Amino acid sequence: MPLIDLANPSRFLGFAARALPWLAAATALAFAAGLWLSATAPDDYQQGATVKIMFIHVPNAWLAMLVWTVMSVAGLGTLVWRHPLADVTAKCAAPLGAAFTFLALVTGSLWGRPMWGTYWVWDARLTSVLVLFLMYLGVIALWHTVEDPARAGRAAAILTLVGAVNLPIIKFSVDWWNTLHQPASVFRIGGPTIDPSILTPLMVMALAFTLLFVTLQVAAMRNEILRRRVRTLRLLQAQGAQA
Amino acid sequence: MSALAAILIRDLRALWRVGGGALVGALFFLAVMVLVPFALGPDLALLRRIGPAVLWLGALLASLLALDRLFADDAADGSLDLILMGRAPLELVVLAKAAAHWLATGLPLVIVSPLLALMLDMEPAAMAATALTLAVGTPALTFIGVIGAALSVALRRGGLLLPVLVIPLAIPVLIFGVAAAAGAPSFGAPFTILCALTLFSAVLGPFAAAATLRHGLE
Amino acid sequence: MTLGAHAGFIVASYVAAAVVVAALVLWIVADHRAQRRTLAELEAAGIRRGKSAA
Repeated sequence: MPLIDLANPSRFLGFAARALPWLAAATALAFAAGLWLSATAPDDYQQGATVKIMFIHVPNAWLAMLVWTVMSVAGLGTLVWRHPLADVTAKCAAPLGAAFTFLALVTGSLWGRPMWGTYWVWDARLTSVLVLFLMYLGVIALWHTVEDPARAGRAAAILTLVGAVNLPIIKFSVDWWNTLHQPASVFRIGGPTIDPSILTPLMVMALAFTLLFVTLQVAAMRNEILRRRVRTLRLLQAQGAQA
Repeated sequence: MSALAAILIRDLRALWRVGGGALVGALFFLAVMVLVPFALGPDLALLRRIGPAVLWLGALLASLLALDRLFADDAADGSLDLILMGRAPLELVVLAKAAAHWLATGLPLVIVSPLLALMLDMEPAAMAATALTLAVGTPALTFIGVIGAALSVALRRGGLLLPVLVIPLAIPVLIFGVAAAAGAPSFGAPFTILCALTLFSAVLGPFAAAATLRHGLE
Repeated sequence: MTLGAHAGFIVASYVAAAVVVAALVLWIVADHRAQRRTLAELEAAGIRRGKSAA
């Protein structure tokens, strides 16, 4: 079945119903493997056991970026190709991305407390993630402030794309700002190079979280399609009542 | 007179009218700067050290304030529809409106900043540097803000949404603006990057805003 | 598996992740049930979409 068939909302609902059990099972399996690998991973020579926090922090930071990319591509789909499901994709991805970003911030802070002594340090990486979190919240706010769903989709698409273009600039600026105010280098994960015994749990957890995102995304898109059907029916109901 | 010049002059006139909001931004700037010593204490050494940063923060906030009127008035009286139907490229129209907006609201900030710098006991070199970086950087804030203004043009409850959307995008300008001002009298990489940011946003802002206006009124 | 001196932070991180993931799953499942229920109610009331299903 070519991908274009999925553009049809009803077809997508069918695809979602069939695919979700498999996606959920794969996600659960990946998490089982990832958690076991994380539990049995050796201690890092620099960070000790707290390296285990990285197995959650790093995948979520990656996902924060990945989801914004998904939203940007969906934004292009809305503005350039007028793909029917593009703005559904974007709308559903935003809260998921915000949740992953939030988790990255929380775990980064929890990692920082034993490492740096405080719950928050304005280092380049954490600060960039914080700005990204702010941008996610802004997009979500925009979705909920514009009343017409189609218009909200186009506005959110433009904001997402502007954000995507600006993210490298913001990252560069924050890195630069950080070196200005903090000459000492911060801990790198696992030291200068990442040992395979640490890399494997990291990759498996990254896979698990990515599968989680895909599963939740498909389920959320299904809900959004149903929500739009309800809206259509309610509008018809209101029109019928007037007649 | 070309259409763009006409729009520029029309917007300037509207902003300078009573109630147009031209000087209120500068007044807000002053008001916020007055708050700073109240919050931090009158220690002149501290104020002098953070002077450029505090001035930049105040200018950023003051810029954000005036932005929501950029398209709202035109949308309300129907001029926006006429502009969209007109022959002038929408991106250039947005550029003209942004330029008018900066001349009326941003430039007063730049002019007022040396006075405020005096209140913060900054040295003449720092005063001049801050004013210069503001002169170069506040246009960037306007161009970035134009995107937020376009996104929130039809929102009745837009309110604080516009600053929330614009602030993350304005962070690089703030970082390099303060760095350039604090690095006076030598202007190195930060100032150059600030100029680059202004030029970049002068292109991105109008394009994104024009796209938003077009898509929003379909 | 010994978690060393900072066990509390490590556990807190995994608990935070579990809470966020559980919250997302619960939200999506609850939303699904709500939409299904509303659609059933509307269909029982006889409202149909004008054109045939897309």
